[in-house]
Amino acid sequence: MTPFSYSRAHDAAEAVAFGGQAAARYLGGGTNLVDLMRQTVEKPDRLVDVSALPAEIEARGEGLWIGAAARNTAVAAHEAVRTRYPLLSRAILAGASAQIRNMATVGGNILQRTRCAYFYDHAGSRCNKRDPGQGCDAIDGFNRMHAILGASASCVATHPSDMGVALAALDATVHLRGRRGERTIPFAALHRLPEDHPEIETGLEPGDLITAMELAPLPMARNSLYRKVRDRSSYAFALVSVAAALEVEGGVVRAVRLALGGVAPKPWRASLAEAALIGKPADAHSFRAAAEVELAAAKPLRDNGFKIELARRAIVAALTDLLGEPS
Amino acid sequence: MPIIINGTDQALPDDPRVSLLDFLREHLHLFGTKKGCDQGACGACTVLVDGERILSCLGLAIQYEGREILTVEGLASDGTLHPLQQAFVEHDGLQCGYCTPGQICSAIGMIGEVKRGVPSQMTAALSGAPVKLSSDELRERMSGNLCRCGAHNGIVQAIIDTYGEQRRVAE
Repeated sequence: MTPFSYSRAHDAAEAVAFGGQAAARYLGGGTNLVDLMRQTVEKPDRLVDVSALPAEIEARGEGLWIGAAARNTAVAAHEAVRTRYPLLSRAILAGASAQIRNMATVGGNILQRTRCAYFYDHAGSRCNKRDPGQGCDAIDGFNRMHAILGASASCVATHPSDMGVALAALDATVHLRGRRGERTIPFAALHRLPEDHPEIETGLEPGDLITAMELAPLPMARNSLYRKVRDRSSYAFALVSVAAALEVEGGVVRAVRLALGGVAPKPWRASLAEAALIGKPADAHSFRAAAEVELAAAKPLRDNGFKIELARRAIVAALTDLLGEPS
Repeated sequence: MPIIINGTDQALPDDPRVSLLDFLREHLHLFGTKKGCDQGACGACTVLVDGERILSCLGLAIQYEGREILTVEGLASDGTLHPLQQAFVEHDGLQCGYCTPGQICSAIGMIGEVKRGVPSQMTAALSGAPVKLSSDELRERMSGNLCRCGAHNGIVQAIIDTYGEQRRVAE
């Protein structure tokens, strides 16, 4: 680990004053950043510990406010999350281990970095995300875990968060504090696709601090779930995951939310599938057709072609499960 | 402000790079907490912070200033093993023993989570109803602690024996 200075922020303004400096990083639970620093993939010269900043989780009307320092466990266990947004509870509980969920913050989870082994392998592999312009050893390498949607010729890494997939489906609002004050952005604008610059992963400006996630009221989310397919039944990253919420009336899809994990460089909102489902009969045929539409642009790499059909099936299975649990 | 380790105030390291795990082992010579993978994948370094289980390899010691850390060395009192430690002995919840301190600290934290109503992936309903500690629930909740010897059956039995409503589960 390269040397750094450490300070604990007492409020967001203090955090931004320090965090806006070059090569500074915000520190939440540390579950990803400390690991990356140990691998010398991340080399900050200053850590600004923001884990003592607001972590409140509170119902605001029919919506919900989640302070960015809230621990993953606290979010998953919160009564309003469990009952109003079960897909968010389920997504969190499907990720990492209990110890890590106790440490990790909401802000840190959302900004965690890919687990692409080539990104981590500082000594032996080329990576455009880690060292821009160097090349990518994953594209022609062992890429079973890599992206089938939204990737580019410079990067095929996936975003590892489960929580983020649920937040994408929920259209969360991201509250930020930056050097020019407070602002909000939609969750969909938080992460960006790699294109020619995989090292730029978000739409955040230097010094921007995520202070909270806000969830709008969404009664249909009471009928929602998170389905995760992985190599073992616990404590593994997703091959494919689906966050889904469904509202059916008279056998017809009235509203649907769908997002995918494990398949793209960002939590992937399946907007094409959603549009294909509205007004259609809520049955296996419609679900399959919508999944086909979403995956039509999928591009397999050497080892991950199986993800395309797996994603289709996971979508159909998730929506079918939701039919069996009418709200 | 110091950090409190097993009830005793300790001065934090000067270098912020020191992980909580290295602080325990290399600075305080508390070798019970083990370094397995040192990257958050095995659970051998699990300790309790204010009663909650965490991975000491992924935390910097300085992050835990003012907090109370409990390691496996802090469990026995007056020469008497903690009931869960005793149960691990009785149920052969170990072979080589390397993962054991992490397993035991993790299980103690896990029971606190169950009592607080924290759900798991295996919890069928998210209604907040009390969680029944079935074998499946327990295995999911302990999945962050690997045992390469394969002593998991004994580990599950030891935890059920110490904390379960039913003293034995289907084997």
